[in-house]
Amino acid sequence: MGYQFDWSLVLTGEYRDWLLDGFVLTLKISALAGVCALALGTLVAVMRLSRVKPLEWLSLAFTEFFRNTPLLVQIFFWYFGSEAFLPKAVNVWLYKQDFEFAAGTIALTVYSSAFIAEELRSGVFSIPKNQLEASRATGLNFLQAYRYVILPQAFRIVIPPLISQLLNLLKNSSLVMTIGVMELTYQARQVESFTFHGFEAFTVATLLYLAVSLSVSFAITMYNKHFLHQLRY
Amino acid sequence: MRWDIVYNNLDYLLWGSFPNGPLGGIAASIMLAVLGIFGAFWLGLGFGLMRLSNSRILRAVAMVYVEVIRGTPLLMLIFWFYFLGPVVFNYNLPEFQSALMAFVVFTGAFVAEIVRAGVNALPGGQMEAARGAGLTRFQAMRYVILPQALRNMIPSFVNQFVSLTKDTSLAYIIGVNELTKAATQINNREVVAPAEIFLAIAVLYFLICWVLTAFSRRMERHLARYQARGR
Amino acid sequence: MAFIEINGLHKWFGSFHVLRGITNQVEQGEVLVICGPSGSGKSTLIRCVNRLEEYQKGTIFFDGRDIHDPGMDVNSLRAEIGIVFQQFNLYPHLSVLKNVTLAPTKVRGVPRAEAEEMGLALLERVGIHDQAHKYPAELSGGQQQRVAIARALAMKPKCMLFDEPTSALDPEMINEVLNVMKDLARDGMTMLCVTHEMGFAREVADRVIFMDAGEVLEEAPPLEFFTNPTHERTKLFLKEIL
Repeated sequence: MGYQFDWSLVLTGEYRDWLLDGFVLTLKISALAGVCALALGTLVAVMRLSRVKPLEWLSLAFTEFFRNTPLLVQIFFWYFGSEAFLPKAVNVWLYKQDFEFAAGTIALTVYSSAFIAEELRSGVFSIPKNQLEASRATGLNFLQAYRYVILPQAFRIVIPPLISQLLNLLKNSSLVMTIGVMELTYQARQVESFTFHGFEAFTVATLLYLAVSLSVSFAITMYNKHFLHQLRY
Repeated sequence: MRWDIVYNNLDYLLWGSFPNGPLGGIAASIMLAVLGIFGAFWLGLGFGLMRLSNSRILRAVAMVYVEVIRGTPLLMLIFWFYFLGPVVFNYNLPEFQSALMAFVVFTGAFVAEIVRAGVNALPGGQMEAARGAGLTRFQAMRYVILPQALRNMIPSFVNQFVSLTKDTSLAYIIGVNELTKAATQINNREVVAPAEIFLAIAVLYFLICWVLTAFSRRMERHLARYQARGR
Repeated sequence: MAFIEINGLHKWFGSFHVLRGITNQVEQGEVLVICGPSGSGKSTLIRCVNRLEEYQKGTIFFDGRDIHDPGMDVNSLRAEIGIVFQQFNLYPHLSVLKNVTLAPTKVRGVPRAEAEEMGLALLERVGIHDQAHKYPAELSGGQQQRVAIARALAMKPKCMLFDEPTSALDPEMINEVLNVMKDLARDGMTMLCVTHEMGFAREVADRVIFMDAGEVLEEAPPLEFFTNPTHERTKLFLKEIL
């Protein structure tokens, strides 16, 4: 046993601050990308349900392509390749910002939105057809029927899978370390290479990830127990 | 656009420097994914059955495994196996094997959940009928429940395989020769065509994943016809 | 012109000819019972009346207006015609009272307090006002169907369609629903009922029609219909269900 544990190294002082800074950045990029992905995903799902053929195809191509290619490749694509297809002005603006952070956020947003769009679509599809019929029969128009009958039901069904998509996003955000975003995994790696006490650093990082994931999935289980039983047809 | 760069390096993207050097490119990615899903199947089956067992302890062990692994980023796991295992437990493993182990352990947790859900989805009458005919719980599992449940799970396994195929790109981070590493190597050498290169490998990954996904959807529709129904 | 006037109605599902030239008139306050074997097109016929199904040939006039007129707002048409389905189709995420008040508040813009007062009155009328704040999944089938009737009545329809309202119910619950329907008929509601409840037909129907393979084969007041059917198919059908 050649390894000497030194927990005080990562629980106090500079290295602890590195890890905490990383954790904060992980939460920040996940929250930002999460909000953007919910918006983009909703748009893509609405396009898919719009009954306008070109929009449906566009939405289908979007979800199929971004769900079936690795996130890491997408991150590299946005980071290294954005010059080739984004307008020059946008690129200049991006470079002035924190470019790594921006590319990482875009990649995480687009990737997650494809999954979110699929969850939303299947949530709406899982509402029996006769619900739409019954609401139209009382004189509600198409939008009202969606607004008051279909979507509120779909929403309840979709919340748990949406939250687990957001958790995936949190875990996936570890990949942006590859382009130099200094989030939790990046910082753990930093501590490892500065101190050779990777075990402690990675333990702390893993526990931080776990703390968030486990408490959220516990909350989902509780939600399912309390609310979903209502939706029986 | 410089698609010629992609074209000139196509063989490197497909199989690395094989047969004159190590296997790489997408061939190595596929190999990682196939070996990974094979290992994950057995590991996941074991833990999935533990979660269904009558023993509290086995159930708790399996639950901790599933929850902890699913709550941790895969990249973390890869680092654990690559950097930390060797230091703490004094062994030495090449990159490829380290990554493979991480994939097996990671995917196994998801397979365990698939197994559990698949068995639970069968009508309870199946177990009752088997036990009623005098089979033990184990025999009922082995000869009646699992053959049906596993067949119903095939689409989920294929989906898991698709995820794993995408996840193999993470092996690049610890330096395994596979498709994403091949692409970054070419990108570092050629510099001028990053968008083309990464788009090209995205398409390669996409083709594999999309074909498999389409296959699993067909399979799902096909299987739906043969399911035991009712409760 | 009659209140509901159906002329030469044809409908195809793909190549399947479901309705083959239906012509009929229903007067205001009349109760029409439609029976026939499954697949005869009887449900499709009444669903055409509020345009839940589109038809390809023929016309339907409701209260003097062609329901297929381009200027006709399909939502306001449906608001005037209530429908009750075989499977209840209550909204599972809303309370019983909300199920009833949703359409009046959203389509007619009735203020909430007023809608709730009316909703409670309607629930009282169908005998379940004490369940107003429960959710559909907590009610029995018969209770759910009575809520569905209250929900349809909440739009103050001029006519009610019933699409096999009792066929999904356990036998002991059928009467509680039929009693509500009978009360409605006595209050003068115009009703088109697809049902095999012959006791109901005998008691309140003004006319009974028998459909088979997309055509009306027999049409008579109930007494005559049951005691002296003319068509062979009708006799066979009555023998099977009575």
